[in-house]
Amino acid sequence: MSSHEAPAIGFTHLGSEDTGLGHRGPQSKSIVVPYGFWLFILSDMVLFSALFATYASLVRATDGGPVTNQLFDRTNVAVETMALLISSFVCGLAMIAAKRKNMVWTQVWLTTTGLLGLVFLTIEIREFVGMINIGAGPQRSAFLSAFFTLVGCHGAHVTAGLMWIGTMMAQIWAKGFQPHITRRLLCLSVFWHALDIIWVAIFTIVYLIGTLP
Amino acid sequence: MNAIRDGQMISSGSLAARWWRAGSLAFLTCGCNRGILDPAGPVGSAEKQILINSTAIMLAIIIPTMIATVAIAFWFRRGNAKAAYRPDWEYSGAIELVVWAIPALTIMLLGGIAWIGSHALEPSKPLKSAVPPIRVDVVSMDWKWLFIYPDQHIATINQLVLPVQTPVSFRLTSATVWNVFFVPQLGTQIYAMPRMTTRLNLQADRQGTFEGLSAHFSGDGFPGMRFQVHSVPPQQFAAWVQSARGSGPVLDQRAYGLLSQPTSYVKPMTFSNVDPRMFDAIASGHTLQPPQLTRSLPARGIGSTGLGK
Amino acid sequence: MSLFGKLTWSAIPFHEPIALITSLVVLLALGAIAGWITVKHHWPYLWHEYVTSTDHKRIGIMYIVLGLVMLVRGFADAIMMRAHQFLAVGPHQGYLNPEHYDQIFSAHGVIMIFFVAMPLVIGMMNFVVPLQLGVRDVAFPTLNNVSFWLTASGALLVNMSLFLGEFARTGWLAFPPLSEKLFSPGVGVDYYLVSLQISGVGTVLTAVNFVTTILKIRAPGMSYLRMPVFCWTSLASNLLILAAFPVLTATLAMLMLDRYLGFHFFTNDGGGNSMLYMNLIWVWGHPEVYILILPAFGIYSEVVSTFSGKPLFGYRSMVFATLAICILSFTVWLHHFFTMGAGADVNAIFGIASMLIGIPTGVKIYNWLFTMYGGRVRFNVPMYYTIGFMLTFVLGGLTGVLLAIPPVDFIVHNSLFLVAHFHNVIIPGVVFAILAGYTYWFPKAFGFTLDERLGKAVFWCWFIGFNLAFMPSYLLGFWGGTRRMQHIADPSWKPWLGVELVGAFFIAAAIALMVWQLFYSIKTKDQRLDTTGDPWDGRTLEWLTLSPPPHYNFAVLPDVHGEEAYWHRKQLAIERDELIPEPNYQPIEMPLNTPTGVIVAFFASVCGFAIIWYIWWLAIVGLIGAFAIMVWYAWRDEHEHIIPVEEVRKNARERRRIRQENLQTLSQSV
Repeated sequence: MSSHEAPAIGFTHLGSEDTGLGHRGPQSKSIVVPYGFWLFILSDMVLFSALFATYASLVRATDGGPVTNQLFDRTNVAVETMALLISSFVCGLAMIAAKRKNMVWTQVWLTTTGLLGLVFLTIEIREFVGMINIGAGPQRSAFLSAFFTLVGCHGAHVTAGLMWIGTMMAQIWAKGFQPHITRRLLCLSVFWHALDIIWVAIFTIVYLIGTLP
Repeated sequence: MNAIRDGQMISSGSLAARWWRAGSLAFLTCGCNRGILDPAGPVGSAEKQILINSTAIMLAIIIPTMIATVAIAFWFRRGNAKAAYRPDWEYSGAIELVVWAIPALTIMLLGGIAWIGSHALEPSKPLKSAVPPIRVDVVSMDWKWLFIYPDQHIATINQLVLPVQTPVSFRLTSATVWNVFFVPQLGTQIYAMPRMTTRLNLQADRQGTFEGLSAHFSGDGFPGMRFQVHSVPPQQFAAWVQSARGSGPVLDQRAYGLLSQPTSYVKPMTFSNVDPRMFDAIASGHTLQPPQLTRSLPARGIGSTGLGK
Repeated sequence: MSLFGKLTWSAIPFHEPIALITSLVVLLALGAIAGWITVKHHWPYLWHEYVTSTDHKRIGIMYIVLGLVMLVRGFADAIMMRAHQFLAVGPHQGYLNPEHYDQIFSAHGVIMIFFVAMPLVIGMMNFVVPLQLGVRDVAFPTLNNVSFWLTASGALLVNMSLFLGEFARTGWLAFPPLSEKLFSPGVGVDYYLVSLQISGVGTVLTAVNFVTTILKIRAPGMSYLRMPVFCWTSLASNLLILAAFPVLTATLAMLMLDRYLGFHFFTNDGGGNSMLYMNLIWVWGHPEVYILILPAFGIYSEVVSTFSGKPLFGYRSMVFATLAICILSFTVWLHHFFTMGAGADVNAIFGIASMLIGIPTGVKIYNWLFTMYGGRVRFNVPMYYTIGFMLTFVLGGLTGVLLAIPPVDFIVHNSLFLVAHFHNVIIPGVVFAILAGYTYWFPKAFGFTLDERLGKAVFWCWFIGFNLAFMPSYLLGFWGGTRRMQHIADPSWKPWLGVELVGAFFIAAAIALMVWQLFYSIKTKDQRLDTTGDPWDGRTLEWLTLSPPPHYNFAVLPDVHGEEAYWHRKQLAIERDELIPEPNYQPIEMPLNTPTGVIVAFFASVCGFAIIWYIWWLAIVGLIGAFAIMVWYAWRDEHEHIIPVEEVRKNARERRRIRQENLQTLSQSV
């Protein structure tokens, strides 16, 4: 026991003074809130990793139904991917505008982010509907169940993101750039970028590998 | 359902009497069927040996630990003036080394046992024997066991007749949900899973009747999935095969369809002729079976699956 | 589909007298409690001080109350099973038909793990961790409230299955294909899935909250290696939740898709793979074991150190062992199905990985032993539980290592031996720890200690009851006994099943005595008031503040100089016979209460109920309601209120006066 440190005990101040021991007490909200949100994103990534693992182990379980090569269209997915990647970039622009407390540009960039997200979602839904129409719906085989669940789960996240963007825009409009609003905006951008990362994995594992000859 | 409950519920009045009767019976008949502690084959014997050895190794560590726990707690009780109080003693490198070393060494030893044992007793590995193995295909159904003897072209329900001192090579699958094929006295249990085939090799070294069961919950009729394994001399086995061929219904698609109806506590029966490819058809899901609208359990004892003589 | 989906009058169990009577009794009891609260005008108090509270201490207490109430429910299932097993031997059929018995053991497992052990462990963490870290609350107080109510919502739905419909008849992990629509068409599995999904969200949010709290919100000077071991084990446990529970969510979601929309993840047809479920569920399931046991180890560490009057022996070793268990727990899931035919290499590797966990666990046992060595051990109730745990847990460890040896597992897998093993680790491991922690921290929560004499009676009933109820199962497992058997064929088991039933009666007595202990302790609390805030001669920061602590815990955040922050401060004060100089008090900002949690959980329950019964319009109403309340909450501007400096100073001076008066009596070891 570090009894040699004992004499230093007892001169307590506000809890903000450096005790010279490497730890300065509770962190500020601008650290804590994004940190917690990152952890949440991490747990979301774990959820996706379970879906990826499922997809990987069921991708050949086609039960005589269509296989990846017959279903996926690279061009379609390329457009989809571009829409999402650009939306991420635009989301970054919105963050810069928000940092400068520029209401107009923040709203403009957030709207653009949302619209690009909507483009992505529309293409995805069209792809899904097309597959279902040719009898390649999620009930057809284990592979298709896994495909629709993995990609659909990402799509559901994008949808949630769009709802969040809408709410966020309304909040910024109504309340201005208050600290807690800005923190939420930061979380939103983390969320949106995380969706990109997951999409890149989906793009590679599902579509690229799936369309190899 | 009502048949079970109305007919055989215990009246609480005679409970004590029954308890004592059962109790005395238990102690008188000890050793009749003591599961894995009384193995009847090489697999079960080897596993029991590993069980005992590992337990002994760990007890050698654990018993002194338990004694030390009581002794230290008692000696260093607050009221004991003779015990030295060392309020700041919280670390000792030597002791740390020992407390990490003891479990680590034990686990190294047991890990060796686990590695060797896993390989020696791998269920899918054929047993060494001069006698060629006989093949049995096992299908778990709702809620009974179908045993197909592909080389003998016969099949049985809920009873397994095996020649003694002959290795048995099992292939297992399930027609519906998961079950586990387990004959405690023969050793290793293994899952029977739909659309999948597992393999198991066992052997009975002595004659006798051994209890078998499903060891994985499979629904309401699960406790009724018991079966008996009869280990008999080879000549008797041959005679049994002959008689089975001469009697009993044929296991065709129609019979299989009837068999697929959920029943439990089914009495043993035999089929005189069976398509040896039936197992593969079931394992690959190509057997037609009537859709099960309800899976509720019919009354106990309705063992006749509509196929009886 | 009608307006009410699958819900009809036939959902009420008129034909099941046992279920019907139980339902009525429970409803009457709930009605009586609600009536009493109304008559006594306690609703406003409950609403403001508990239901809407964002105070981690209050939320912790709510978790523990939920866990204890569910313990009674889970135990009612247990004693029904034990009684049935005793009766259903040989020619007899017992009193429960298979459909009912299968629901009971499934509900018992689900309730005991998800709605007893988890709330109790999380409740302990909630109450203790911020106090031990020397801070005022968790990182996200509102989220904490939401987490609790989501857990409660899950518990509500599970218990609703008693009154409406049925519960799953599949075992506590609902293995497909048995749990698929084809084989389990009823609402039972849907109750299971939906309630676990809702409470699972709450659990993940708790983990986010606690990992952030422990890593980012600590008193000044509280570096990682100065955190109490309970905080370390809580951190490990929450990291495990964070990494494991999403897998459960995904897995159960896939089973839901199979059941509701005809997907083919785990079905027999369409290329589904039921083995995949087995793997995924145990990727969550095995870490879950350590999610429960690690905080329990933390409680034992605190207790053994306090009551031995010594620092924990080998603190760093303990921290390392905790993290080793945390990591290893993700590498062993396959040992739950050695008998699936994975092959010798795979089995051996996972078997050895599983055994490796025995090493850090063994180290912990020895370190507790050496903590007592050279101490002055006071045999208060928490110490009884700790020693009872050390004596019985080693046997659970032994049988656990046996189960990790594949060739041994081949003959005891799924047997009553296994049932005895996991009860042997969970009851002495987790339940005893909870009871120790309950006794240990009770005075901190309520300002008076629990009656010692009754506490010891409770301990002995649990200890004897546990041993009688489960030790014979080891033997029955050797005799070929398999779990989940509604009927037992071999009549020679009857005496042993009788012994186990007697054990269950002892545990029933323990629970009854616990209730009596609580009432008796409240009635006679004046005799055992904890005036100093430090009734056990504690060593960690929760004992620095008064019992019960003010909402804000500490008037100023304590500076931490070394391990055992409070102990050294206390010794110095005793030595000098004076407290530290009075600090400069400041106003304190604390989170406001909020009804968000309870309203969100209400809508989640509505939505969950609607999904179970296929009432789609109501499910949509529930979802919209939950979203709307979130937006409403986000729209508030005021999230904190300020406690004025005068109030802080007044309370703090009162505390200092009490401390100063009792300074010389604070230390009990010397």
